Amino acid sequence: MNREELLQHLQERFSDAIVGVYEKSAKRIYIQIQADSLVRFAQFLFKDIGARFNIASGVDGRTQMEILYHFTVEDIDLVISLRVILPKTQLEIASLTSVFTAAHWIEREIHELLGVNFVGHPQLTRLLLPEDWPEGVYPLRKDYKEWDPNAIRDRGV
Amino acid sequence: MPRTILPIGPYHPLQEEPEFFILTLEGETVVDIDLRIGYNHRGIEKLAERQAYDQITFVVERICGICSTSHPFAYTQAVEDLLSIEAPPRAQYIRTIVAEGERMHSHLLWLGLAGHFLGYNTIWMWCWKLREEILDVMEILSGNRNNYAMFKVGGVWRDIREEDIPVVMKKIDSIIPTLEKLHKAVMDDPVIHARTKGIGVLSKEAAIDYCTVGPTARASGVARDIRKDCPYGVYDQLEWNMIVTHNGDVFDKVAIRIGEMFESIKIIRTCLSQLPGGDIECLVKNIPPGEGIGHIEAPRGECFHYVRSDGTNRPVRHKIRAPTFMNLPTFKETVVGGAIPDAAIVLAAIDPCYCCTERISVRDTKGQTVYSGEDLIKLSQKKTEQIKADMGR
Amino acid sequence: MGILDHAFLKSLWVFHLATGSCNNCDIEILDCFTPRHDIERFGMQLTGSIKHADVLLVTGAVNRQCIPRLKRIYEQMPNPRLVVAIGECALSRGVFVHSYNCPLPLDHVIPVDVYIPGCPPRPEAIIAGLIKLIEQKKNPKDQPQA
Ligand code: SF4
Repeated sequence: MNREELLQHLQERFSDAIVGVYEKSAKRIYIQIQADSLVRFAQFLFKDIGARFNIASGVDGRTQMEILYHFTVEDIDLVISLRVILPKTQLEIASLTSVFTAAHWIEREIHELLGVNFVGHPQLTRLLLPEDWPEGVYPLRKDYKEWDPNAIRDRGV
Repeated sequence: MPRTILPIGPYHPLQEEPEFFILTLEGETVVDIDLRIGYNHRGIEKLAERQAYDQITFVVERICGICSTSHPFAYTQAVEDLLSIEAPPRAQYIRTIVAEGERMHSHLLWLGLAGHFLGYNTIWMWCWKLREEILDVMEILSGNRNNYAMFKVGGVWRDIREEDIPVVMKKIDSIIPTLEKLHKAVMDDPVIHARTKGIGVLSKEAAIDYCTVGPTARASGVARDIRKDCPYGVYDQLEWNMIVTHNGDVFDKVAIRIGEMFESIKIIRTCLSQLPGGDIECLVKNIPPGEGIGHIEAPRGECFHYVRSDGTNRPVRHKIRAPTFMNLPTFKETVVGGAIPDAAIVLAAIDPCYCCTERISVRDTKGQTVYSGEDLIKLSQKKTEQIKADMGR
Repeated sequence: MGILDHAFLKSLWVFHLATGSCNNCDIEILDCFTPRHDIERFGMQLTGSIKHADVLLVTGAVNRQCIPRLKRIYEQMPNPRLVVAIGECALSRGVFVHSYNCPLPLDHVIPVDVYIPGCPPRPEAIIAGLIKLIEQKKNPKDQPQA
C-alpha cells in the first residue's frame, strides 16, 4: 500500500472520526481525530498496517492539551501523527496499553509530567519524578512555577 | 520455594542512567522484575523550551554522552523538517561520518563492558584500547573526544580539512585488523557461546509488541533500520548492509553490533573518499510556526525528536525519545525465567544504560544483605570459570 | 605524615557515582582505567563498594532523586574520605542549572575536596586532578589552594 492508497483508505474507513488531515510533506502526515476513536485508529495502524508506534508527545496549550501519537510506517517511509485534542477541564483519554505494550511507559510519563489521565492503564504510577515531588505539580505544563523554596538557580560566580 | 528480592541499583559506576531494578527470585531463577527509573531525569524537554534553537543542539548533546551525535542529529532533522529545508551535501556527508564514528565507539564501549560482565576483562581492555583510536579520529574531525558540537540547524559548525582525510583514513585502516581479531576472539570463543547463546531471548512478536528499535529489534529478526527505511544524511547513496539475525538472544545482539562496526568502517571510508565540495551550512533566518519530526538511527536504535514552533526563537514544545525508552521495558520478557548470573549480561544486552551491577546487593525478604554487587560479578565470573573447566580449557 | 596517611595516599581506591550525568564524564573516568591512560600506575583502583573506597568521584547534576542517596552513600564512606567533583555538571550544573529536577549544586549537598572542570574533562585532566589531590594532601602547607 503506498502513501496515497493508505491515506484514502484511512479517510474512507474512519470518515466519522477524522477531523482534519494535514500533509506536511512527503514523509509526514498529521491527522486530527476524535478522542474517542483513538483506540480503534491505533489498532488499525498497528495491527493491520504494521506501523510501529514511536512515541506520544503531549503539548500543553493555553486552552487545551494536545496529544500526538506518532507512528512510523517503515515500508513507505511515512510518519503518521494522530493528533487528539483534550479540553483542559477533562484531561482524560483511553489508554493504548491494550493495543501494544509499548504504550505503558510513555503514558505513565505523560501522566506525571502533564497530568493527563489514561483510562484503563494498569499501573499509572510515578516513573521519572522523585518520591517527594508534590502531587498535582506538573513540570511540563506552561504554567509551571518553581515550587521549591530551597532551590538555588544561581551559579555563584 | 521462598522468594527473594534482589534490588539492583540505583548506582552503578559504569554507564548511563542510574536505574533501579527489583528482581524477585526463586532460588536462582528470576520470576519477576520491576524497574524504577528517574535517577537521571533532568527535565531536558523543559529546559529546551527556554533555549534558542541554536543553543538546543548543545543541550540535547548532553542528554547522553554516548549519543552526543544522535540527539543533535535528530533535532536538526526535526527543525529542518519544520522549515522544509535540507542541509547542503557536504554537510550531509560530514554528519554521516560523525554519526558512524560514534556508532563504532558506542558499540566498542558496549562490547568491552559486556566482556567485563562476563568476567572477561581482556575483552574490556582490548575494546577500550581500540576505542581510543576512534576517539582520536573524532578528535581530529571535530576537535573533541566526546560532545562533538558539530551539528547546527541547516548544516554543521566545522568543516573537515583536506589534509586530515589521509590521516583519518590511515587510522581507520589500522583499526580493521584489530577489529577482525576481536571479531574472531568473540565469535569463536566457546565460553562466550556458552554464556550468551539462548540467554535472554526476545521473541519477534514481543519485539514488535514492545516496539523495540535498533539492534535489539534486529537481533529478533525485525528488519528495521531507520537508515534504510527512512533514509537521512547520505545513507541512501551508499553501499552498506543492514545486519539482521533471528534468535533474539544475547549472542545475536553481540554479533549484530560487531557486524555493524564493519559496516560503519565501510561507510566512513566511502564518505571520506567521495566527500563533495561546497558549503557546509545553509542560511536559516527565522523559524516559522509549525511542527517538525526528525528521527535517526542511533547506535541503540531510533532516536525521535518532535519540535513545535510558534514563530519565536524558542520552541513551544520539544519532545525527545531516546531509543532505550522503548528497549528497556523488554526486560520483563528477557530476564524473567533466567538465572541470576545471567541477569547482568541480559540486562546489559540491549545496551541500556548499564545494569548497575556494581551496586547490586542481594537481600532476603527480611532485609539482610546476603550478596554484594562484587559477589554478583564474582558469581558471573565463577560461572565462566566453571564452563571453561567443563570444556577442558 | 604518619604511616596511615602514607599508606592512604599510596593507593587510593575510588568509587564512582553518577548523579544524573550524561555519562560522558563517567566514561572518561572509566577510560582512565583502560590501557592508554592506566591510572592504576598511581595505585588507584575502581572498587565496587563504597565501604572500600577512599575517594568518591561524583559526576552529574545531582537530581532530586539522587540527593538523599548521595548523602547516604557519603555517610557510609569510611574516614579518611575525599570527594572529587568531575565535570561541569557536578561543579555548577552546567546547562542544567535551570532544570526543575536539579535544585542544588553538588557542594551544597556534600563537601567537595577537588573540582575538575570540563565537559567532559579529558582523562589526562582527571589524572592531573587526582595527582594534585595527592600532592596537596602530602604537603598541605606548600600548595594551600591547589
Ligand atoms: S559535565 Fe558535561 S560531559 Fe560531564 S556529565 Fe555533565 S554534561 Fe555530561
